[in-house]
Amino acid sequence: MAEHYLNLAIKSICVENMALAFFLGMCSFMACSKKVETAIGLGFAVIFVLAMTVPINNLMYNYLLREGAMTWISPSMAEVDLSFLSFLSFIGTIAAATQLVEMALDKFMPKLYTALGVFLPLIAVNCAILGAALFMQQRDYTLGESVVFGVGSGIGWLLAIVALAAIREKMRYSNIPAGLRGLGMAFILTGLMAMGFMVFSGIQL
Amino acid sequence: MALAFSKKEREALLDPLFNNNPIALQMLGICSALAVTTKLDKAIVMAVSLTLVCAFSNLAVSLIRDYVPTNIRIIIQLTIIASLVIITDQILKAFVPAISKQLSVFVGLIITNCIVMGRAEGFAMQNPPWVSFLDGIGNGLGYSIILILAGFFRELLGSGKVWNYPVLKLVTEGGWYNPNGLMVMAPGALFLVGLFIWALRTWKPDQVEDE
Amino acid sequence: MQRNGTLYTILFAAMVCGVCSILVSGTSVLLKDRQKANMILDRQRQVLSVAGLIQPGEKVSADEVRASFADSIDPKIVTLATGAYDDTIAVETFDQRRAAKDAATSQAAPENPAKVLRLPNHALVYLVTQDGALDKIVLPIEGKGLWSTLYGYLALDKDANTIRGITFYEHAETPGLGGEIDNPRWKALWQGRKAFDDGWKPAVRVIKGQAGPPEESPHEVDGLSGATLTGRGVTNLVTFWLGENGFGPYLAQMRSVGS
Repeated sequence: MAEHYLNLAIKSICVENMALAFFLGMCSFMACSKKVETAIGLGFAVIFVLAMTVPINNLMYNYLLREGAMTWISPSMAEVDLSFLSFLSFIGTIAAATQLVEMALDKFMPKLYTALGVFLPLIAVNCAILGAALFMQQRDYTLGESVVFGVGSGIGWLLAIVALAAIREKMRYSNIPAGLRGLGMAFILTGLMAMGFMVFSGIQL
Repeated sequence: MALAFSKKEREALLDPLFNNNPIALQMLGICSALAVTTKLDKAIVMAVSLTLVCAFSNLAVSLIRDYVPTNIRIIIQLTIIASLVIITDQILKAFVPAISKQLSVFVGLIITNCIVMGRAEGFAMQNPPWVSFLDGIGNGLGYSIILILAGFFRELLGSGKVWNYPVLKLVTEGGWYNPNGLMVMAPGALFLVGLFIWALRTWKPDQVEDE
Repeated sequence: MQRNGTLYTILFAAMVCGVCSILVSGTSVLLKDRQKANMILDRQRQVLSVAGLIQPGEKVSADEVRASFADSIDPKIVTLATGAYDDTIAVETFDQRRAAKDAATSQAAPENPAKVLRLPNHALVYLVTQDGALDKIVLPIEGKGLWSTLYGYLALDKDANTIRGITFYEHAETPGLGGEIDNPRWKALWQGRKAFDDGWKPAVRVIKGQAGPPEESPHEVDGLSGATLTGRGVTNLVTFWLGENGFGPYLAQMRSVGS
């Protein structure tokens, strides 16, 4: 069983990297990758929120939303299928969770809070977070799997953004054609990185 | 047709196409722009869905802009957008099930598409409904242009087809074209958008960033 | 009333929620039947096409699919362990994928290269009849390819050995490479190959490179260039479902009845 979780972790970090294989969280990925420091801050915030919201959403989906999920309340509710509400509930949970995390950090870990501060509210609309919740639903992960998947995807995203930021810092000394400067080059760099990450697809898990 | 609009309305509609393109310049909504462009039909369905969601969310947000309590406005916007996306998703599932299956989670991701949120918060909150609606359509179209271009080239070069109709005869079918597998995979999309931005900025040099 | 007052905020939020929920549930309820019908239709279309009753590229209307399915397809539920039919479960509501998830109707699968984790106790097979007599058997198959789990059907002749067709209705393999498992040209290569060797062990496999016609290489199917891993996945999952943990017992029974 442990092996199964390890496989899932490797898969979500490398093979199916949120940013490089599914393009999720691209907006902040492009916007916040100019400096390594900000990239690290944002990356950790994403891991944090993913690790919280994917399992919460998993519980909510399995015990409230999916067809027949509410039989634990009363057997007569076996027919109720609320899965069409999943988008709404997921995004609600994510918004609420980010808010809670923000308040908790402010109170108990003010240092981390000031470090992450600006990024936390941004995260609610980071597609990587909602994307992870939707993949969890589509692939029918169990609670344990969803914890691993959440953390793994976060780590993968952190790796990708920090790597890109590092390259972009170096790029400032290079002579790039005017039209490619900034966003254009960032896209091409990400493309090259995505190619690099594709080597992982050969791993047999 | 365009003459019927006032100047402001025309700007709201046409500016986002090239002058202020949401993807190329505002850096909004890149997330889903890339994942759904492996084929032209997918790209177009996604583009239409997003344009509609963006237009109607702008309209709705603009209609209630004078009544929304400021402290809950973000969550209200999010609720409206999410509801519209659910409706879109249900309609897609009912009428084009095959494409809806391929789009998988990316329809849902329109919710967090920064274009929709960004326009609701940045434009619709300050402007009357009709202009906001046009702005939504304009931004949706600006997004669509890139999506459709990327979809067109990726499908053509990656599988030798346009709209599922074979154009370049493949080697596997006894033709001459050896498909470029890179195009249908993730890096191909990134390169294409990068090159598109380059082309756009060479054409309109005022968009060049100084980094 | 004050615009930022607590009461106003709560009322406003409630109103927005009310309007949104009416819209959302409205569409969902209105479109539900259509979506269900689409899903069933899609499945029926897949079964018909693997059974060779719909040709690739042929346009068939929804009504024709339904009629053709009702005419010549007989869905049956099989107890995997014994290979016997189980008539106590309603075919209409049986969902094999859900059954495989539920601990009450499934068990953990033994280690297998196809990476099937849970094995349902029952499976839904389709018997294709022609003029009242059994013609083909359509089996559901699933397993890991390179990126994704492949779901599909395998059609066997009434001798429970000769392959008559294969199709995958859900996968996320690389388009143009592994995605070529959808190519009708490749799918046609399976026809006429033998699923089992002389000792009734599953033998059909996807090789690297090209295989001869079915008479020369009865157990080998051409590989897809650039998609070795997807091909290996297909071999693994077909082997698994033809084997003793899959439909082995059922097919053994079909053979003894048929001969």
